[in-house]
Amino acid sequence: MVRNLRKVAIIGYGHSKFGKRTDVNFFELGWESIKEAINTAGISQEDIDFVALSNFGLWSSEPSPAASILEYAGLTPKEVIRVETACSSGSAAVKTAYMAVASGSADIALAIGIEKMHESGTSDVVELLGRIGSYFWEFENFGPTFVGYYALYANQYMHKYGAKEEDLAKIAVKNHYYGFYNPKAQFRKKITIEDVMSSPYIAWPLKLYDCSPITDGSAALILASEEVARKLTDSPVWIKAIEGATATANLAKRDNYISIPSAVIAARKAYKKAGIDPEKPYKHIDVAEVHDCFTIAEIMAYEDLGFAKRGEGFKLAREEQTYIGGLIPVNLSGGLKSKGHPIAATGVSMMVELTKQLLQKVESARQAPINNGTALAHNVGGTGHYVFVTILSLSK
Amino acid sequence: MSNNDEKSSYEGLPVSLDKKLGVPVWNDVRELKLRYRMSLGKIKKFFSALSEGKIMATKCKHCGRIYFPPQADCPYCMRSDMEWVDVPNEGVLETFTIVNIKPTTFSHYDDYVLAIARFGDGIKVLAWLRVDEKSRVRIGMRVKLTVIKRIPEGYYTFELEPID
Ligand SMILES: [Zn+2]
Repeated sequence: MVRNLRKVAIIGYGHSKFGKRTDVNFFELGWESIKEAINTAGISQEDIDFVALSNFGLWSSEPSPAASILEYAGLTPKEVIRVETACSSGSAAVKTAYMAVASGSADIALAIGIEKMHESGTSDVVELLGRIGSYFWEFENFGPTFVGYYALYANQYMHKYGAKEEDLAKIAVKNHYYGFYNPKAQFRKKITIEDVMSSPYIAWPLKLYDCSPITDGSAALILASEEVARKLTDSPVWIKAIEGATATANLAKRDNYISIPSAVIAARKAYKKAGIDPEKPYKHIDVAEVHDCFTIAEIMAYEDLGFAKRGEGFKLAREEQTYIGGLIPVNLSGGLKSKGHPIAATGVSMMVELTKQLLQKVESARQAPINNGTALAHNVGGTGHYVFVTILSLSK
Repeated sequence: MSNNDEKSSYEGLPVSLDKKLGVPVWNDVRELKLRYRMSLGKIKKFFSALSEGKIMATKCKHCGRIYFPPQADCPYCMRSDMEWVDVPNEGVLETFTIVNIKPTTFSHYDDYVLAIARFGDGIKVLAWLRVDEKSRVRIGMRVKLTVIKRIPEGYYTFELEPID
């Protein structure tokens, strides 16, 4: 176990508009969030010691984008590492930047996540996402899609616990409701249960409106050591824990399809480190961003994170307990479903959102009451191949 | 920066206007076709058995762990002393879906049933489930694993099939 790590604070944050961003190139898109992060931190490029960059790529043209982004952003010759853990790459970038500061290797670090998925056509993006599962043993012969993988979860979950497609639809309706109020969201449109239920099947039982979209976007965070943070800001947000775990890449090798085992492990580790009661985490946490790449994923997240008992996550959705005023507000950004899911930017985006939530700087219609000063991000890569759970706090 | 896109001409360039936003987009003039070459040497028996109609797993001679997909190495024993065993005949369907929107390289197939079944010895398999009536597929139904020739490519692979 590593000991004597330094405390790490978020002192700056930036977020591009998410959506189909054919109006900007890859570097311009990255600069949108880097510029905002540098400005909110009140620093300049020369103050940054280290950069961690996440980009899944493949659908976009730059094969080694880290140096190119730094060049465009005036950050050359800073040190950079690109990281990849599929859809949780953004959290991996934050963890990498966190470790650089916590270890004393850097005083100020930048984490940037970027994805430009619209450089390729839809069916090629569907292909590249499906290939994440397990290329040789699952994709080559059987062509799973990402929706298909999560449909395997949805079918077993519904079969075992009696959840209905309407229960899944409630997640989409909630996340679109809050996305309506988020100016950075891809879809700013409220939807109804009927809209979801009448949308076409993509992979039965999941329909178009159960799915997060293909998204271009970037998000950035500036992290600093305690000593530096105290000098630069009166309102640091502390990273209390950022803990990861893995599960088998071959979905066939999992015990069941009602839970993401790596999420359970990552949550347990994060709760322990942050001093949160794993039996009743919602007593400590004011607001959460969870990985709703598909509606079933948010329901499993409720259970894997301990917001609901096993098999009862869909009841939280049914009873609307994850709106503001309920047991615990979840995905007030609109979630991946409505805000959008630029694969390797998503984890960073979640933490930008939660930093702003804790500082009470989001639009009033989607601002959670901040009582404990604690927020949680749950970011899943692949079908659970990787999961990071992060706890942010106003208190050190 | 001024924006004179409406008036601009891109004559002689691979540039088109994005249908939704009306902004210019460069259409790549370089097309890369990728086909990987994946080594089979250490698990070649799996493929020679497959072409003879059999589906096999590996078993660590030291600890007895069974690996499917087959592994040449047992990381738990740090040994590579494996034997080949047959996958048991009968399994149970654990979950399934019907893939309606398909990846590019699967777009020439009809909608397919993707399923996971549990067999004995802790072996679990993800594969297509071959059925005439998709509406009759049920979690918990008994299935077997069979070798089939995939059409139109004409190569052997395996599929799940209901046991009537
Ligand atoms: Zn062994």
